[in-house]
Amino acid sequence: MKNLSSKLNSTIMHMVLIFYTLICLFPVYLLVNNSFKSRRAIFKQPLSLPNEETFSLAGYLKMFSRVDFGVFFYNSISVTIITLFFVLLFGAMAAWALSEYKFKGNTMLGLYLAFGIMIPIKLGTVSILQLMNSLNLVNSLTGLIIIYIAQSLPLAIWILTEFMKQLSNELKEAARCDGVNEYQLFFYIVLPLLRPPMATVGVFTMVPVWNDLWWPLILAPSNGKQTVILGMQQYIGQYVTNWNAIFASLSLALIPVIIFYLIFSRQLIRSITSGAVK
Amino acid sequence: MKKKFPLHIIVFLFPACFIYSIFMIYPLIDTMRVSLYTQNLLGENMDDSSGVRAFIGLRNYYDLFFNDTWSWHFWNALKNNIYFFLLHISIQTPVGLLIAAFLSNKELKLKNTYRTLIFLPAMMSIVIVGYIFNLILSSLWGIPQTILGLVGLEDIVQPWLGLKGSALITVSLISIWQFVGIPMLLFYAALVSIPEEILDAAKVDGSSGYNTFWKIKFPLILPTIGLMCVLTYVGNFNAFDLIYAIKNIYAGPEFSTDLMGTFFYRTFFGYQHQLGNPTMGATVASTTFVIILVGVVFYLYAFQKRITRYQY
Repeated sequence: MKNLSSKLNSTIMHMVLIFYTLICLFPVYLLVNNSFKSRRAIFKQPLSLPNEETFSLAGYLKMFSRVDFGVFFYNSISVTIITLFFVLLFGAMAAWALSEYKFKGNTMLGLYLAFGIMIPIKLGTVSILQLMNSLNLVNSLTGLIIIYIAQSLPLAIWILTEFMKQLSNELKEAARCDGVNEYQLFFYIVLPLLRPPMATVGVFTMVPVWNDLWWPLILAPSNGKQTVILGMQQYIGQYVTNWNAIFASLSLALIPVIIFYLIFSRQLIRSITSGAVK
Repeated sequence: MKKKFPLHIIVFLFPACFIYSIFMIYPLIDTMRVSLYTQNLLGENMDDSSGVRAFIGLRNYYDLFFNDTWSWHFWNALKNNIYFFLLHISIQTPVGLLIAAFLSNKELKLKNTYRTLIFLPAMMSIVIVGYIFNLILSSLWGIPQTILGLVGLEDIVQPWLGLKGSALITVSLISIWQFVGIPMLLFYAALVSIPEEILDAAKVDGSSGYNTFWKIKFPLILPTIGLMCVLTYVGNFNAFDLIYAIKNIYAGPEFSTDLMGTFFYRTFFGYQHQLGNPTMGATVASTTFVIILVGVVFYLYAFQKRITRYQY
């Protein structure tokens, strides 16, 4: 009797979960599926899979033949990677100082840096644009990178500080006894230990940066400095009728994130469940 | 004599503090300062003033709240935004909780797969999401007709995104669809971290699964629900991309999907015949800042105090 009811329970759970998973995947399916079809088929049978007749790579070929889209990809990738590098480096350095050393104002500084987790940087747009104007960084990727670093640091520092508090004291003391100075201790001993939280920080930094529309829209609207997302947004607006190419470009912009996510999802979920983010 | 502050601490802290202070904290404060002035010259095309700005105190705020030129748009955007938030809370939270409760079941198979796939939309660019839903809901494809036709409900299909009465709800549902994974994951994390002993004790006492959930697990994850609410609140009042992707900055029809983010953008950069107004933009941003801050402070006081009670 008990067995039967638990079986029934798990069947219901599976049904609900499958149903919801399908809802989640349906739009993604539509997008990627239709990017491999001919224009006519996109309209006539949006739901069906491509077959011999309807299969077409026209959209992708068109996208690859456009030079600017390659540039957009290059922009997005370099902005994301450079941002990530500096967020991890500066974030780890600050987190190390906050978690390792006792100094006056430590707690206050921690709170000051944590403030940015909750308050969106977007609200400072008016002044940031002014600042970027005077620094001559409008329409440059450098401007974007700087803002993304500032935006990502608070959460990165928070996550890394929590992790560093758990590092064993013996290791650090042993190193210090061997005459290692504080810089060597951090760069050669602590930094290599930070692999697990860095993956989490990486996801939390890269995904919003890659997907962001606001800052590219405001700081780099033209001149081949667009990111993929902005370029796509402009492309959609201009070529409303070129469905193949639009679907292909949307799929292309989506794929790096999905690959990245699938590689790191286990790590991400593990670190969230173990309480790295609270 | 005062002890010298160790140099290496400064070296470690400096880069992060410098960038964060200059490009995040300073602009936030400076935005509030700018909101106390009349228009100034930010870029060549933004206005025709001579670049001289005059201090006018809180006049911009008065105009924003009470002057017809601005106030209708402001109150409209604020009202929409509150509605947007309430819809998120009342749909996203229960759905996320339900899925998390199912996934936290130990005997359930394939839970990693479900979890990964349900979280996937949260990783996607809002521009992509907005575009694809625009197409799904358009009459071009007729997908709602096809799907609802399966259960004989094709007559209820309407251009939901285009109607004044339903556009905001539709946009909210799209946003909820995208971000349900976040509460799911946080609730899941909280549920699986509840100590075994507590649950075993409940089982021994003969508590049913349903009772265990509501009487034991739910109160224990209440702090996480509070955290989720405040994260949603901040995210919602910061929303911009989705409306921009689906409706552009006009937030149509008739501004029925206008949120603080889109209103801010229009005020700052101008639209159609209205010129951009940086100081009024700063006023809108500062007002949003206060709204968000009030929510966060409320959360910290109301919830963080209770968390200590439930800590195990």
